[in-house]
Amino acid sequence: MSLLEREEPGVVMTPHNLRARKLHWMAEAGVALAALIVAGALILGTGVGNWVLVLFVGWVFYLIGLFAVATRVEGRRSARNRMWKSLIYSACLLAILPLASVVWTLLSKGTGRLDGDFFGSSMNNIGARDPGGGAYHAIIGTVEQVAIAALLAVPLGVLGAIYLVEYGRGKFATTVRFFVDVMTGIPSIVAGLFILAFWVLIVSPWFNNGTPRFSGFAASLALTVLMLPTIVRSTEEMLRLVPGPLREGAYALGVPQWKTIMKIVLPTALPGIVTGVMLAIARAAGETAPVLLVAGGFSAINFDPFSGNQSSLALFVYEQAGDASKFAPDRAWTAALTLVAIVLILTIAAKLLARRSRIS
Amino acid sequence: MAKRIEASNVSSYYGNFKAIDNISMTVEPKSITALIGPSGCGKSTFLRSINRMHEVLPNARIEGRLTIDDQNIYDPDVDVTAVRRMIGMVFQRPNPFPTMSIYENVIAGLKLNGVRKKSLLDEAAEKTLRSANLWDEVKDRLNRPGAGLSGGQQQRLCIARTIAVEPQVVLMDEPCSALDPISTLAIEDLMFKLKDRFTIIIVTHNMQQAARVSDKTGFFSIDKTGDPGRLIEYDDTQKIFSNPTEKKTEDYITGRFG
Repeated sequence: MSLLEREEPGVVMTPHNLRARKLHWMAEAGVALAALIVAGALILGTGVGNWVLVLFVGWVFYLIGLFAVATRVEGRRSARNRMWKSLIYSACLLAILPLASVVWTLLSKGTGRLDGDFFGSSMNNIGARDPGGGAYHAIIGTVEQVAIAALLAVPLGVLGAIYLVEYGRGKFATTVRFFVDVMTGIPSIVAGLFILAFWVLIVSPWFNNGTPRFSGFAASLALTVLMLPTIVRSTEEMLRLVPGPLREGAYALGVPQWKTIMKIVLPTALPGIVTGVMLAIARAAGETAPVLLVAGGFSAINFDPFSGNQSSLALFVYEQAGDASKFAPDRAWTAALTLVAIVLILTIAAKLLARRSRIS
Repeated sequence: MAKRIEASNVSSYYGNFKAIDNISMTVEPKSITALIGPSGCGKSTFLRSINRMHEVLPNARIEGRLTIDDQNIYDPDVDVTAVRRMIGMVFQRPNPFPTMSIYENVIAGLKLNGVRKKSLLDEAAEKTLRSANLWDEVKDRLNRPGAGLSGGQQQRLCIARTIAVEPQVVLMDEPCSALDPISTLAIEDLMFKLKDRFTIIIVTHNMQQAARVSDKTGFFSIDKTGDPGRLIEYDDTQKIFSNPTEKKTEDYITGRFG
């Protein structure tokens, strides 16, 4: 007797018959509905919980019920497949839920202050009873700080990754890679404290007649510290994905190694590198602690990142969310929406640029 | 412009592992030489030693002398990129640069080696694509990506890319093993055509191919796994395939291998 014949009595898949019965989608929907109703009756009836518990228990009932029904109709193997598929789909749904919720909250609450005033004025001379005020100064701060940080971190990070992949051999490279990994886990407040201790307290007095000074640039340095490991690691992974034969193909044409890297390896890995860089930039744009520590925060407009306090959008959200004024929460929500929009626009623009540089 | 290659007592190592042992052979200019033998017997290693491609791997080194027209390519003052410009290489799997168009792929070698003039590049692109028997197939879509061509076309594109930099010698590492018989025939035709201008050395597992295309054939073998590869016999292709001197060669080409 063959394995197939032995397996499931009552299931019609035999060497002579490849057809098997399938569960109709209506049946699956029916199981889901029944599970929900039973769970609802059980939980709301006894009063042990609210609709969240109903959904959860209903979901568990649905999986069990589906498995039971499908086993009867299609056999155990198909039933197991069906159950796992449902499990994976619901896990995916569960993962998307918070994201959708965040976007929805931002959109519904953040549009309250989407006006010219918000984008055209600062918080200078705005008291607790004033309805106006805006995030112009914070937007400037975020854009300048993140731009400077990106200017510092992207070349350094990409070059570092090139070193690790193409040149790095032996103990030194291993050590560098180890510390990059360690740096990935640095809390942002630690990066901020490091820049506070090193740059603001020790270095900045040299440029300012001996008195320490907050500045947007110090915040950029802290953000650079945070962005570097992300960029190095993601770029390194992308460069490793470039097939060796491509490099060899270039070497075989008598192209020197540095030119092979610049003209063959980097362009091939570019879309992935851009993704990594954008992740790093998005993270940096959302940091509050380092900006608070080393740029100090400011309610007026300051275009100069190298001197004087600056604010940033993330810091602005933090301040406004904790402010006693009844107008502050609206400002905070709109600023949060603005921040997300800036990061989103940057990401889309970078993706488009990276795609355009590839021929299609 | 084709040049003579002379290997004398060449042994190649990867770290402590000796891959090939004491190989001596002379390859005449404007000829096709085939290297045959079982997998892992060092054919490719020997081939890659000729344009110093094996140095891509760390700890690779050779002993012995490898000269091209009496110039030792392993002299300390030899520039490795110059060697590779003089000795081009075509690989087993077609490897067109994925970010480049067909046109850019062909002129990649020239452009990356500093040729800027558009007219010169255009001319070179058409000339090499014609010599690679590819021009008629791609002339209308030079700006399409090279990776969009079929396997055989990609391989001819890679050959075009290799000969565009006008090397003296072209090394081919199983150039047809990923291709169907018709594409293989196209490449063999191309090899005959290129023979007038280049010295060609080809590694192949296909003995009919070796018999068809080459003037001379070298048979490599190993005694057992882990041993270095040795050149068992090197002679006119006619002789190797009709009346080999060595018993091992005869066993291999008649299929009684083992």
